[in-house]
Amino acid sequence: MTPTSPASSFLRVEQLSKHFDEVKAVDEVSLDIQQGEIFALLGGSGCGKSTLLRMLAGFESPTSGQIHLAGQSIGDMPPFERPINMMFQSYALFPHMTVAQNIAFGLECDQLPPSDIDARVQEMLTLVQLKPYAKRKPHQLSGGQQQRVALARSLAKRPRLLLLDEPLGALDKKLREQTQIELVNILKKVGVTCVMVTHDQEEAMAMADRIAIMRDGKILQLGAPMDIYETPSSRYVADFIGNVNLFAGKVVVDEADHVIIETPQCRHYVSHGITGTENMEVSVAVRPEKICLSPAEPTEQERELPAEVGHNQVKGRIVGLAYFGSFTTYHVQIDDRTTLKATLANAARHEDRRLSVGDDVWAWWDGSDVVVLTH
Amino acid sequence: MQAPSSHASPPDQGRRQPWGRWSLIGIPYLWLVVFFMLPCLIVFKISMSELADSGIGFLDMVSLQDGVWQLRLKFSNYTFLLTDSLYLLTYLSSIGYALLTTCICLLLGYPFAYFLARSSASLRPLLMMLVMLPFWTSFLLRIYAWAGLLDNNGLINQLLMSFGLVTEPVLMMHTPFSLEIGMVYVYLPFMVLPLYANLVKMDLRLLEAAADLGAKPWTIFRRVTIPLSTNGILAGSMLVFIPCVGEYVIPALLGGADTLNIGRVLWDEFFNNNDWAMASSVAIVMMLLILGPMTWFNRIQANEHTKASP
Repeated sequence: MTPTSPASSFLRVEQLSKHFDEVKAVDEVSLDIQQGEIFALLGGSGCGKSTLLRMLAGFESPTSGQIHLAGQSIGDMPPFERPINMMFQSYALFPHMTVAQNIAFGLECDQLPPSDIDARVQEMLTLVQLKPYAKRKPHQLSGGQQQRVALARSLAKRPRLLLLDEPLGALDKKLREQTQIELVNILKKVGVTCVMVTHDQEEAMAMADRIAIMRDGKILQLGAPMDIYETPSSRYVADFIGNVNLFAGKVVVDEADHVIIETPQCRHYVSHGITGTENMEVSVAVRPEKICLSPAEPTEQERELPAEVGHNQVKGRIVGLAYFGSFTTYHVQIDDRTTLKATLANAARHEDRRLSVGDDVWAWWDGSDVVVLTH
Repeated sequence: MQAPSSHASPPDQGRRQPWGRWSLIGIPYLWLVVFFMLPCLIVFKISMSELADSGIGFLDMVSLQDGVWQLRLKFSNYTFLLTDSLYLLTYLSSIGYALLTTCICLLLGYPFAYFLARSSASLRPLLMMLVMLPFWTSFLLRIYAWAGLLDNNGLINQLLMSFGLVTEPVLMMHTPFSLEIGMVYVYLPFMVLPLYANLVKMDLRLLEAAADLGAKPWTIFRRVTIPLSTNGILAGSMLVFIPCVGEYVIPALLGGADTLNIGRVLWDEFFNNNDWAMASSVAIVMMLLILGPMTWFNRIQANEHTKASP
């Protein structure tokens, strides 16, 4: 019937949908995930990412569509037959079992010989560095340790595919940053293919090879973290991933090497390869860290291209300032309705003292840093 | 003047007048002491008292005779209890029926509570109502209703005979069978309710996690659901077992004449033999027998609590 999926695509999701009554939780999603890849489904609550993950695990049956894992259709398999394991949100460790018993549970279900189970449990405990805690119960462990037990339990059966549901959501910020790297190291060491679900864009960007941004059951954009951040395809994605300054305007000049977009605040000179018809309605997105601030109008030497002079710059007043240590975010009021966000790295000590609230400043940016969005 | 004082008084008042707190805690304790502990002690005293020569009332336990305080405790009731095999057999029989009732209630109640806990949230209040509904009718009436069903001329026998399935009425009334039916019928809700309370709180993700790790439904039930509902099973079993041991009404109305039962022995000692001392001893020994499983249960619960708060 259907040709076997190409060898390069390890997990193939085809036109997968899940409807709850009238609500399309997942709406004809197609995905190709490579072997060994860490793939993140990222979106706000209710975007369908968890439903998609639960269909991969087998806890929800698809309304329509196909799931192929290594060329085999698994859409109708019950969860206990799938070569897939999941690390649950807030871990779902068995409270009545020790750490070692939790890890051994899946192996016992496969009725492996006890000596093999012991060996695998020891291997897993070593992998997540929990050997001294084998006989503890989950409630006797810290959040970070519980997270590692959950990881060991889900890896113990050597699944072909590992699903991670908000893997670090239950940890505090400091521990989360540290655990992100540890977790990726372990996953890459084991070489398991992963699909993770998260609402935390930093987590997705730090851990995943590729990210799919989901909204209303559909994938809005799919790509490497850098591509999604630097080249968002829509206002929603630009706004969802990181901070962004958005201007609405229209194309007034369309030349071979540049376009000029007129917005109420300023004229944007866009030097990179885009084109559009005159009077086309577009949005202009500029990331806060791409913006420079200076007390005086930028000189020609400071600009990337001579042609940009007089473009991509606005005059305003600093109305707010948030010092984060490594960087400072400035809120620059341009007119009654527009406040621009700009972040400057504090590369030298006390650098931020140059500018303070109430100062009049020029905000300017390069034409190559402007992203033009049509929807 | 007034503003600061009214501002400062509420927290101070609590500290200065602890009697408010104590009286609040004290009322239920007082209730328990007056209506539970004192009667228990009185029963205990009676069990060791000697009947007065006149046959009415008891001799004083403590007496002053020739300047010597004397304490007279009669243990013969207890020694008699332990040596007379009839009492021993009655205790065993009562505990046996109570155990059987507990087991049947558990076997019937667990699936029921499980179904109740997993049914849709909108359906649960209705099903819950059905469990509670029998309590709306008088207990005695419900027992008599069973007599009406199980009797030789009862509804069941009439039906069986009219269909020609049996020619003679099947003897069900006043047998161990009718006794068990009555006990299970009355005590089933006491098993279902704590089991339901436990099962409804269970984290369903744990069951998903087990399925995800390759456990088939029966393995999940055996290795995750049952261990996690141990507390509910124990609570339900205690609620059924303890009153079953001392049950009087059901054996009296539905049990056979030769069914040995502590409740009926107590009644006989009190009201037929008028031997209050013996009856009290029987009651005290029964209490001690029940205290055993109770302490065990409390210890398990206490362990669970220390585990829950590390």
